[in-house]
Amino acid sequence: MGLFKKLPGVIIAEFDSTGSLLHAAEKMSEAGYKKYDCHSPFPIHGMDKAMKLKRSPMGYIIGTMGLIGMSGMVGLTYWTNTYGYSMVISGKPYFSWQAFIPVIFAITILLSAFGAFFGMLALNKLPQLFNPIFNSDAFAKVTNDSFFVSVESHDPMYDEAKVKSFLESIGGKNVEVIKGE
Amino acid sequence: MSSNAKDLTDLKVQDELLFDGNPTFGSVTEDVSRVVETKPGRMWYVLFGISLSLTLMLFSMVGYLFWEGTGIWGLNNPVGWGWAIVNFVFWVGIGHAGTLISAVLFLLRQRWRTSINRFAEAMTIFAVICALLFPTIHVGRVWLLYWVLPLPNQMEMWPNFRSPLLWDTFAVGTYFTCSLLFWYVGLIPDLATLRDRAKDKLSKMMYGIFSLGWRGGNRQWQHYELAYLVLAGISTPLVLSVHSIVSTDFATSLVPGWHTTIFPPYFVAGAIFSGFAMVMTLALIARKVYNLEHIFTPKVLERMSWVMLLTGSMVGYAYAMEFFIAWYSGNEYERFAFINRAFGPYAWAYWIMITCNVISPQLFWFKKFRTSIPLLFIISIVVNIGMWFERFVIVMTLSRDYLPSAWDYYSPTIYDIGIFIGSFGLFFTLFLLFLRFLPMVAMAEVKSVLPEADPHHGGSH
Repeated sequence: MGLFKKLPGVIIAEFDSTGSLLHAAEKMSEAGYKKYDCHSPFPIHGMDKAMKLKRSPMGYIIGTMGLIGMSGMVGLTYWTNTYGYSMVISGKPYFSWQAFIPVIFAITILLSAFGAFFGMLALNKLPQLFNPIFNSDAFAKVTNDSFFVSVESHDPMYDEAKVKSFLESIGGKNVEVIKGE
Repeated sequence: MSSNAKDLTDLKVQDELLFDGNPTFGSVTEDVSRVVETKPGRMWYVLFGISLSLTLMLFSMVGYLFWEGTGIWGLNNPVGWGWAIVNFVFWVGIGHAGTLISAVLFLLRQRWRTSINRFAEAMTIFAVICALLFPTIHVGRVWLLYWVLPLPNQMEMWPNFRSPLLWDTFAVGTYFTCSLLFWYVGLIPDLATLRDRAKDKLSKMMYGIFSLGWRGGNRQWQHYELAYLVLAGISTPLVLSVHSIVSTDFATSLVPGWHTTIFPPYFVAGAIFSGFAMVMTLALIARKVYNLEHIFTPKVLERMSWVMLLTGSMVGYAYAMEFFIAWYSGNEYERFAFINRAFGPYAWAYWIMITCNVISPQLFWFKKFRTSIPLLFIISIVVNIGMWFERFVIVMTLSRDYLPSAWDYYSPTIYDIGIFIGSFGLFFTLFLLFLRFLPMVAMAEVKSVLPEADPHHGGSH
């Protein structure tokens, strides 16, 4: 304990295809599990709906960052050309905004990209180099060709025996209990 | 329900074209990871040795350039922009195909792109690194390079945001950063695959750190997919904007032959043209060296040749239109600039350009040329030579401007040539390191377009 929060244990069950994983996800959300996840080597079409996930807030994060970039750059070009270092160039007004579009555009894009990248990491709580789930040897297959459902031990409905039998009843194989640490 | 059934048949037809030999999820992982996990053959070491030597030559010549100044190049008074700018535009242009493949074709749901996308995106990043080198060393006093950035300083000076050269700094800098982030986001799940397969401690640790603890849960995929989509979306305008801005370096000047509105679209078409040629060259080498014939299939290569035919024809049209407008404008200087291009002292370069860029891609009208690997390889190299000469021809317009007494002929010195060749060394060094340590095909993406990836496949649902 101490500085770090204890990471929860998990129960994992293996599934053999995208179809059966999608089916399992539907059953899990119907049964009312909250702290569970469906792991796959690639994103599966329709999984968000099957797990009844809320819409990702990524759009708001990226949009906000883009707006910050745009307004920041409008402000910078305005201030530097009007007050900071004002010069008349080819008889144009100090704030001849048409000529500033390329830099404003570039910085808008740049900050949106930062929003997409760092926003995604933050929402996914990455980097998180260790997780108890990595203690399972079977789970290494998830990045290759296998599909897993995991249920975390702090799910309100968590009960080792019940979860195990439920996972088996929806078609999970090789059910494995992994201790938290 | 009928639309769903239609999707399914559509998927099957497409996927039969995509990869030969009916791969499974496991075989994709195996085929791609094998390249990174086994020691490279002798060929890799030979190529790496050559590239690294050229890179060292580049660094030593650049070191000498810093010591002595840009006078070691063949620059003279009318031609203040020599090979450095030619090379800059050449390398930035090559990068554009990578972004087109990874972003634009992703948004257009062109699934054939999955096999070449990682590869092309890596090419973009390394090409942009080479591109950034040239303006950096061309400023002469490289230690004052930070003057291009809007930083508060004791002189209370700010950069001129109206200057296309400054636009370049922002456009190319943003382009590089976005491409790098986009590439890295795509790499995360594949690095996790390598982490989970790694045998020795060092690769376990390195792939472990760079895959950031990826677990492949759908709660992660959900945000991941959106981030990837948005990065593709914001990279898309960059394909058009970056080279348009590069072209304004020329177009906003008052030099005859440069001051034209056709430059932005003409540069963008040329960039995609040259970039596809470079992707083709690299893909043909990689598929041969690493036996990936079933992933870089002839179908994918044929589609790439269609893109080259299209953009090559656009470039040819632009050359013709430039000539027409020069005549139609009635401007004496403009007319002279173009007659001088085709029949003046640089006529040899002009006709190399026409042969390589206008005539050679027209061969792709014939199926024989689109499907023959050796012919594709030759044409892709010819196109790259042609596109370098295009930029050379444009920059050398400077050698004869308004005042005949100021005319001069630009001859490169050994440092011009050495630094250009050295930049290829740098490019290939980075590329070979990429092939050695990173998965060159986006495994997660390839798996997601296999028929088994569809949850409704085979009626299991």
